Parts: sequence; C-alpha cells; structure tokens
Amino acid sequence: MTEKQGSDEGASAGVSMRSAEVVVALFMLALGALVIFDSVRLGWGWGAEGPEAGYFPFYIGAMICVGSLVTLFQVLLGSQSKGHKVFVEWSALRLVLQVLLPAAVYVLGIQLIGIYVASAAYIAVFMVWLGKYGWTRGIIVGVGVSAVTFAMFEIWFQVPLFKGEFNPLSLIGY
Amino acid sequence: MNIQRALARGILPLVAAFGLVSVAAPAAAWEPTKPVEFIIPAGTGGGADQMARLIQGIVAKHNLMKQALIPVNKSGGAGAEGFLEVKAAKGDPHKIIITLSNLFTTPMATGVPFNWKDLTPVAMLSLDNFVLWVNAEDPYKSAKEFLDAVKKGGPNTFKMGGTGAKQEDQILTVAIEKAAGVKFTYIPFKGGGAVATQLVGKHINATVNNPIEAVAQWRAGKLRALCVFDDERMPYKTKVTDTQSWYDVPTCKEAGVSTEYVMLRGIFMPAGVSPDVVSFYVDLFNKVRATPEWKKFMEEGAFNQTYLTGKPYADWVGKAEALHYDLMKEAGFLAKP
Amino acid sequence: MEEINALFHGFSVALTPFNLLLMFIGVTLGVLIGVLPGLGGANGIAILLPLTFTMPPTSAVIMLSCIYWGALFGGAITSILFNIPGEPWSVATTFDGYPMAQQGKAGEALTTAFTSSFVGAFFAIVMITFLAPLVAKFALQFGPPEFFAVFFLTFCSFIGMGKEPPFKILVAMMLGFALAAVGIDTVTGQLRLIFGWHELMRGFDFLIAVIGLFGIGEILLSMEEGLSFSGRTAKINTRIVIETWKKLPKYWMTSLRSCIIGCWMGITPGGATPASFMSYGIAKRMSPDGAKFGTGMAEGVIAPETAAHAAGTAALLPMLSLGIPGSPTAAVLLGGLLIWGLQPGPLLFVEQKDFVWGLIASMYLGNIAGLIIVLTCVPLFAAILRVPFSIIAPVIVVICAIGAYTVHNAMLDIWLMLLFGVMGYAFKKLSYPLAPLVLALVLGDQAEGAFRQAMLMSQGDMRIFFSNWLVGSIMGLGLLMLVWPVMGKLMTQLRKSAA
Repeated sequence: MTEKQGSDEGASAGVSMRSAEVVVALFMLALGALVIFDSVRLGWGWGAEGPEAGYFPFYIGAMICVGSLVTLFQVLLGSQSKGHKVFVEWSALRLVLQVLLPAAVYVLGIQLIGIYVASAAYIAVFMVWLGKYGWTRGIIVGVGVSAVTFAMFEIWFQVPLFKGEFNPLSLIGY
Repeated sequence: MNIQRALARGILPLVAAFGLVSVAAPAAAWEPTKPVEFIIPAGTGGGADQMARLIQGIVAKHNLMKQALIPVNKSGGAGAEGFLEVKAAKGDPHKIIITLSNLFTTPMATGVPFNWKDLTPVAMLSLDNFVLWVNAEDPYKSAKEFLDAVKKGGPNTFKMGGTGAKQEDQILTVAIEKAAGVKFTYIPFKGGGAVATQLVGKHINATVNNPIEAVAQWRAGKLRALCVFDDERMPYKTKVTDTQSWYDVPTCKEAGVSTEYVMLRGIFMPAGVSPDVVSFYVDLFNKVRATPEWKKFMEEGAFNQTYLTGKPYADWVGKAEALHYDLMKEAGFLAKP
Repeated sequence: MEEINALFHGFSVALTPFNLLLMFIGVTLGVLIGVLPGLGGANGIAILLPLTFTMPPTSAVIMLSCIYWGALFGGAITSILFNIPGEPWSVATTFDGYPMAQQGKAGEALTTAFTSSFVGAFFAIVMITFLAPLVAKFALQFGPPEFFAVFFLTFCSFIGMGKEPPFKILVAMMLGFALAAVGIDTVTGQLRLIFGWHELMRGFDFLIAVIGLFGIGEILLSMEEGLSFSGRTAKINTRIVIETWKKLPKYWMTSLRSCIIGCWMGITPGGATPASFMSYGIAKRMSPDGAKFGTGMAEGVIAPETAAHAAGTAALLPMLSLGIPGSPTAAVLLGGLLIWGLQPGPLLFVEQKDFVWGLIASMYLGNIAGLIIVLTCVPLFAAILRVPFSIIAPVIVVICAIGAYTVHNAMLDIWLMLLFGVMGYAFKKLSYPLAPLVLALVLGDQAEGAFRQAMLMSQGDMRIFFSNWLVGSIMGLGLLMLVWPVMGKLMTQLRKSAA
C-alpha cells in the first residue's frame, strides 16, 4: 500500500507525502468501516448483562473512521508546503523494493518448497545480487544457516517447521 | 440423558476383549516413519494439554514408539483451528488429536464446518468428571442446601464461574438451572485454574471445575466439593483431604439434582487412514494405559477410566453428539444459520 | 528467621555438582530459545519437559527454571540489536534499546538490559523468600474488576506521551484494539471480525504483528537509507560491562520503582507485559529526561527490563502457592509439577519443603549464573552488528519468517508478517506511532474480557469499579495518570501567571 504512485507534484523526486497520507488514511477508513459492519452484525448494544460482543468493536471502528477522516481533511486542506514533502524518493523506493519483492518471492517459496530450501536459496540470492558476493560464498552461508536451523528445530527441539506444499525434503525422509 | 453412558458401561467387558484382540492382531504391520504430531485443540496448561504432555512423557520414557510424539497446541477459535487441520490432513497417518467437549460444542456454537465424522476415532482414554464446588467458608454443606439458597436469593444473585463461553462448563450450568429451577449469572474465564482461584477469592459463588483443576485448593481446605455430576461416585478411596476421599463426594442425583455430564478425553486422527494405522495407535494407547504414571494421573484427577476403541467408541461419540445438540439447543447456544 | 534456615537448606539441596551443571546447561539453552523469536520460554520448556522425567524432581525443576531465566535474558538481545522483540515483554525494551544500538552503544544497552533483568529478578526472589504467604493472599483479592483496573492503569500510564499527531495516535491505538478483537469472543463464544474466513479464527497474534512491524519494517527503512545498519560502527570493547556499571547506580530510583511495579504485576497476575509498559510509561513521566525517552536513554532500557523480570519471577509465586500460572511458561512448568506428582497449591510449601526451597535457592543461583553467562557474551552479541548488511538482512528475514510460523504453525502468519512489515514502514514514515498499536494489541483482548466479566458480575453497574478500596485506588491512580500531563501544563501556566 505504500508503493501507490501517481503523485502529480514532484514526480521527479518520488511519491509525495500527501498521496501516501491519503492512501493510508483511506485504507484505514475502509478498515474502520469493515469493523463497524461486522460489529452491527454481532450486536453492538449494551445488553442486560453488560456490553454485547460487538459493542467495543463498534466504537473502535467508529474511532478509526473519525481519526482517518480528520487526518484526511488535515492533509487535503493542509498547506501546500506540506504537500510537497517527499514520502520516498524513487531511487530509495527502488532500494526498498529490492528487499521487499525478493522477500515476497521468498514467502511464496516457503509456501511451495518449505522454509529450509527457500531460506537457503533466498540468503544465497540476496548475498549475490545485493551484496555482490560470489556464488560460492552465498551458497555456503545460505545452506549453512538452513542446516543449522534444521538441526535446531527438527532434530534438537523437535518443532516441525513448514516443509511446503511440494516438500523436497521428503526425499530424505522428513 | 445418561442412557448411552449406561450402554457404554454395559459394553465395557466386551470392549476390553476387543482391545485385546486388536493387540493380538498383527500390530507390527505399520509403524510411523517420521515424528507424529499430537495436536491439542486447547491452550497450554489446561486439562487436555496436561494429558497430552503426560502421554508424550510416557511414550518417551518407556520407549513405546520409535519416532517422537510431538504435542502442538492449536487452540484458535475454541479449538476449531486444531480440528480443521486434522480434517484437512486426510489420509495423514502421522497426526493425532486429543479431544475434549469442544469437538461437539465449537462447531455447534460457532458454525465452523467440522464434525467428528470428518475424523477417524482411535480411542477413548477416559471421561473427565465435573464436581460442584463452593468456597469452604460458605455455610452450604450439601448441593441441596446450596441450591435452596440460590433459589431463595432470586435469579442472577449467585455467580457461577467456568471455562469459556458456550462450552462444557456453561452447558452444565444451564443443565443445573433447568434441573433445580434456579438462575445463575455465568461468568466465563480463560482457564480452569483461574476459575478455581476466583472461587477461593470469593469473586464467584460456585464452579463446576474438573477434579484436577480444583484438587489443590480442596486439599488445602479452601474449597468444598458438594457433588459429582456422574451416575455413580468416583471410585478412588484414598484420602485426598484430611477427612475425605473422592469416593466420599456424593453424586448429584443422591443430593437431589438429577444432572449428569462427563467430558470425553479421547483420541482421533484424520479420515482415510488404513486399519493398520489405527490399530497401531490403539496398541500404543493400550501400552500407555498400562504404565504406572498413567494410573497415578488417573487417580489424582479422579478420572472415570472408561476405555473404548473401534465401533463402540464411534457409537458413544455419536450419542454424545446428539446429547450435546439437545443441551445446546435447549440453552439457545446453537449458532445462527 | 525460619526462612533463612530453610533457604540455606535449599542451597544445600541445589548446590550439587550435577545441579550446577544443569543450571549452566539450562541458562545457555534458555538464552538460545529467547533469541529465536517464536521459540519462547514456554515452547522450550514444553519441549524439554519429557527429557527431565528421568531426573529427580528438584534437579528437573532447577534445569527448567534456568531455561526460563535464560529465555528472559535472551529476549532482550534481538530487541536491542535488530528491533525484533522475541517476547511480548521485550517490546518496551526496543523503544530505547534499539536507538542506543544504532548510536553504536549496543554493548552498553545490552549490559544495562541484562543487569536490570538481574536486579528485577533478584528483588522478586527476595520477596518470594520472605513474603510468600502474605503475597499469595494479596493475589486472591484480584477478581475481574481489579484486573480491569490494572489494565486501565497500564493504558493510562502510557497514553498521552507521544509527540505524533493526536488523531494518528488514536487511529493506531484503535487499530491495535480492532486486531485484538479478531477471533473468538471469550464472553459469548461468537466469532468476531473474521468475515467467514476461518484462517483468521486464531486471531492476530501479537508476535506476528511485532515481528512484521518492527523487524521487517526496520529492514525496509534501513534499506532505504542505503544498505546498512547504523550500528556497524560499534566498537568491540571488552571492558564495556565495567564502564556501563559505573553509570548505572544513579538510576536507582527508576530501578526500585520498576521492581515494585514488576512484583506487583507478577503476583496479581497481570503479567510481565503490562508491567514493562507501565514501568516505561511511569519512568518517562517521572524522569527529568522524560522528553528524551525513545532516543536511546539508558533509563528507558532499565525501566521495562527490570519490571518485566521482576514480574516474570514473581509470577512463579502464584503458580506454586495457588496453582494459577502467571505466564504461559509458568503454565507449562505447572504441568511438569503435576507429572512429577507434586501438587502446586497452598500445601506445597508445607509438604514439599525440599522441593520448594530447592527451587527458590536455584532461582538465586540460576540468576547469578545467567548474568555471568550473558555478560561474558556481550561483546560477542554486539559484534553481530558488524556482519555486513547484505548477509545479516536475509538472515533476519529468515528468522522472522520462522518466528512468525512457529507461533501457530500457520503459513498464513508468514504472509501476515510481510504485510505488517509494509505497514510498519508506512506508519513509521507517516508518523503513526507503533507503541500504542502494540500495547492495544497485547492487552486489548484481556482488558475487554475483564471489563465484561465485571459487568456480568455487577449486572451492568459501572460502580463495581469503585466498589472496594483496592479496585478504587487502582482506578484512581489510573485517572491521575490520565490527567497528569494536563495538570503539568496547568501548573506551569499557573506559575507563569503568578510570576
């Protein structure tokens, strides 16, 4: 939600503070509305034996909405100088995405091939791609960290971690 | 409401024989090839958790299984999280789950889609009793005296504490209310230990704690056991307090309240597993039951040691489900469709 | 001085070479468990419990409680170094601990945290030794209204301190409450705010939110600043412990206050998490440097660490004497006691003297052992920050993912963690405060539960919160905390107009 672009002012510099503020405030507003919606379903009154299940969530949702609306108006009606501030510069955003996107791919990897294999690959790729290390070093660290976690969780503490929908470790009996 | 329990007792000798047969059958046909996940659909420290961890300890100590047994708590959504996982793990022989009454109450109260028929019944380990407790400093010496006082005090003046909402403790409270024509204010707490402490601190007037949850306070003379909600007394005659054993606690029926309720402590596993797998686990629990640690635990918690496997177990569960449905319907606890 | 005799007897029970060895093993394991987020003390003890069945109960409980101490110490390490609190009660430690580490004072922050933990725990043990029966009686006074009053006081002592725009504070805090409400409602058993999505039934665990908001969010922020943790310049100084110790005595007042808050919250049992927040909030109010809290003040580390550990230790008392666990870890220990055939409860102190005093003696020894172990490792821990960012960052992400998964063994939680990470990044840049969000998420559920239990008790009569001296005075204290900032302003105004 942060990477929402489309700022007219200062397009050369990056995402403007103003548009980021608006996006987050709208998001919170929607969230607040969602909370209110479900609270009404649950009953938001003050029953004979104290508040009902939706009583607190209703007011919580209401306060989220009020807070977001006020923030939204403050931003929209605010002085122009505030609108020109930059939330994140394009170059910095690129750096952030360089971490965020691989992290998302990594989580998807966990879903498919499990924590251990995905972690080894993720660490190795991260080191080579962003850290400019050689493949040998990347693979050694990646596999090493994975092996240590494997030993600690699966063998020592016997806490089974997620092995993925296509479990590659089933080949070695796990 | 206790017909099926009487029935269960009647089949008991038969079942014992059945258990032996399953031991004699080629049990070595299947063995776990990796650690077995033992799901607990309740939080740490509760009754089910204690029992599961004891079983883990016994299995490890007596080397009853080549692979490890690993308890995992999945208590989300009043246990629904754990049950849904077992339901989803169709055909997985390395997963078992210990149940309590939330096997019935959670889907009924919340509408979360699962049912015991989605699982394979393995064995009933025991039934947990419920006892009516009051603070020892209160003047009530018997269940009758207490309930008379409740009636005299008028509706909602007496507070009953229990674990969770629309679960066994509250169901039992409603059953007592119906049987005795009284009305309590039911206050839900997170766990049985907290409930007992609240009673000692006199923040509530009574509880229906399981024996193991309140025994420490009973022994210390802080609580008084009025009656047990079973059709016969608990069989343990060793003195627990200075003057009383579990056997000395009368049944509620003797005390004039014909309410009975026991809670299942049993094992299930995912559907679609082969009979070999089930008989391996039945055999395993037979061995667990034979250990001194298990026997000691049963006695300390004053459990009803009914043990069932196979079809009788499934029949019992089916009847218990119908019973819970009736009780919850009467109490108005069923989820709105 | 019956207690002293009993205690010395306890030392003789605990001080066998075998038990001493177990102590060191326990502390080391505990630190390891505490460092890995998600593998908390409760997990560690649950996993190792079966191993201890072959030992005599006293030795077993010594080892398990040492794991507990170790985990308590270990929780601070990741909070300070990477802004990832491994345990709920370490969150408040990140507020000042992490800025300290960023300024190159990681060693100092760690030493301060460890020493404070030790002081807090030690204070609580002394209290347990001499006041156990009295204190147990006090704990019984706490019913639902009193619990609510405690949560109320925690919120009040923490609120109104931020410099962020008030409406953003409001939104952040309410978001925390909303997330806490997701899942099953404890009072009515209804499913709330899950919109038919059963995966959400287990609710939003605090740890997942925190790992994402703080841990992943921080990595994104430091990435933006260009591939580095600022703590990289940290000097490795082996004498850092001694140097830090020289500075600590002047904070004795903060320390003492935090000890008392911690003990009180541990016994009630409000728990270590509210204790750490409350103590931090009150320290900020009381300290002359209050305005500088959050920028790396040693006092901001001392207050929450001391209180959390005093509470964590004191929580064992209600477990032993009443059979109610004050923390999840204590709950698992309780299970252990039952298996060894020991019945926690009022009679444990009478019937199992050897066991109880052995345990208490081991608390003294285990804490000292723990302190020695962690302090020797301070330079080592601080050196972790010198590992290049492009190696440590992916490793942290991996640890975060594992931590998020182990909380409920759910894949969804790893995705949620990532989402919280993006949220943490955006919130931090738009100055939505994270602390009120986390506080509300941790305590929201319990506070609501206690409030509604109290309402059931009184049939909807609010006066129950002022119905006796105990609940009344806690509520009063809370209200006082609430109006404190306003009063402060009024006072300055008055003084000005007088002058």
